[in-house]
Amino acid sequence: MEQVIEAPLKKTPLNTRHRASGAKMVAFSGWDMPVEYAGGGVVREHMAVRTRAGLFDVSHMGELEIAGKDALAAVQRVSSNDASKLQVGQAQYSGLLTPEGTFVDDLLVYRIAQSHFLLVVNAGNIAGDYRWIADNIRDAGDAVAVDASSRYALLAIQGPAAQSVLQSLTGVDLSSIKYYWFAHGEVASIRAMISRTGYTGEDGFEIFVPPQSADRLWQALLEAGQSVDLIPCGLGARDTLRLEAAMRLYGNDIDDTTTALEADLGWIVGWKKEEFVGAASLRAQKSAGVARKLVGFEMLDRGIARHGYDAYIGNEKGGRVTSGTQTPFLKTAIGMAYVPIQHTAPGSEFDVDIRGRRARARVVTLPFYKRAK
Amino acid sequence: MMAAAYPAGYKYTKDHEWIEIAGDRGKIGITDYAQEQLGDVVYVELPEVGAKLKQGQSFGTIESVKAVSELYAPVTGEVVDVNSQLKNKPESVNSDPFGSWMIAIKLTNPGEGGSLLDAAQYQELLK
Repeated sequence: MEQVIEAPLKKTPLNTRHRASGAKMVAFSGWDMPVEYAGGGVVREHMAVRTRAGLFDVSHMGELEIAGKDALAAVQRVSSNDASKLQVGQAQYSGLLTPEGTFVDDLLVYRIAQSHFLLVVNAGNIAGDYRWIADNIRDAGDAVAVDASSRYALLAIQGPAAQSVLQSLTGVDLSSIKYYWFAHGEVASIRAMISRTGYTGEDGFEIFVPPQSADRLWQALLEAGQSVDLIPCGLGARDTLRLEAAMRLYGNDIDDTTTALEADLGWIVGWKKEEFVGAASLRAQKSAGVARKLVGFEMLDRGIARHGYDAYIGNEKGGRVTSGTQTPFLKTAIGMAYVPIQHTAPGSEFDVDIRGRRARARVVTLPFYKRAK
Repeated sequence: MMAAAYPAGYKYTKDHEWIEIAGDRGKIGITDYAQEQLGDVVYVELPEVGAKLKQGQSFGTIESVKAVSELYAPVTGEVVDVNSQLKNKPESVNSDPFGSWMIAIKLTNPGEGGSLLDAAQYQELLK
């Protein structure tokens, strides 16, 4: 008999704080994480981010660094997007792909210095990503990869009021940091890297600090946010927010069975780059055309189509729902699904098997939610 | 949110439903604990009037933003009324779990209520 020994859940530096505040905790990718907070709940937390500000502990995310004279060449080999376009202080969304063009992980690539990159990866993939990168950059010249995850705590403050709240704690001029750019400075007297990024579809910042300073920063942000009724937000709201913004979730919408083109993420592929892992397969798939594609849909019939539910074209099982929820802001049931390419045009309809009942869904243009600029 | 008090006159199941029995009629809903675990309720799917249910049988589903779960009949009987207000205001299950009845049932065997938990026993179960 196979014996499965479960490792204890990992804890972020804010774990005690979350538990003390009565947050509902769940196991997520091997981490003990807050799914929603006492007095909050998914809907309230979601709305706080859309209308005011919310604070997230995302310290479970992994940080891998690639440095050395040939760091750019190493990053170019393992990351699908074109990192040569990054200036120092700039970040981009990208993928780590298999030779088949499917996802090992998705990530953000930060250019910290000319030959120093920070890769922010999914919590459940840290060890695998690190091994995969190390294997693939071995002969890329003078470049080394380091798993620096234990050196960072990561807090995200998101929402239309995020800038004003954060600005009250830092001398860094936040208005000068553009979307997907970052700066170094102090926040509440803690040395930090401040990045104008997020996973909510809203304006906001992600703040990298040393783990021992995480609790102090958390408290400072909560206090500074009181005037706008900022509240802490858990993984539940993070998921509904990112889905409204049509941001892919690794393990749901993308994984090692779905290619970047099928996931409709051709824009994170550096087509003009030299060889990178997955390039040949993706170029072949691009010229042949994909057989299926990830689309957004809204439910026409009552019900929520959830991850793993089958999609039917007529009587034929033709696809699979990858994410689905009732959105607190748009107040409709939405989701994403892989469907055959001939049924991907907005307005196309298909059925979802909701626990034995067929419910009609209609393809819509992504994202579901786009903030007013 | 303040936890709602568990009405002493209701009976409870291990599956976190309540039933308020009067004679051979009973109104059925879910407990404060159940709504708290589910989080924000968005759909309640209920049977038609006339449906016959056995004790422990699923009579519908309740769906929150996070999850979906089955609703189980605390007793055997026939559905005589369905709370249609839950269609438009499913969130009332969160705000008023013990007032938000889902179905009314005519008990086949009114004695069946005796096998259910009382408020004290149910709250003991939650510890």
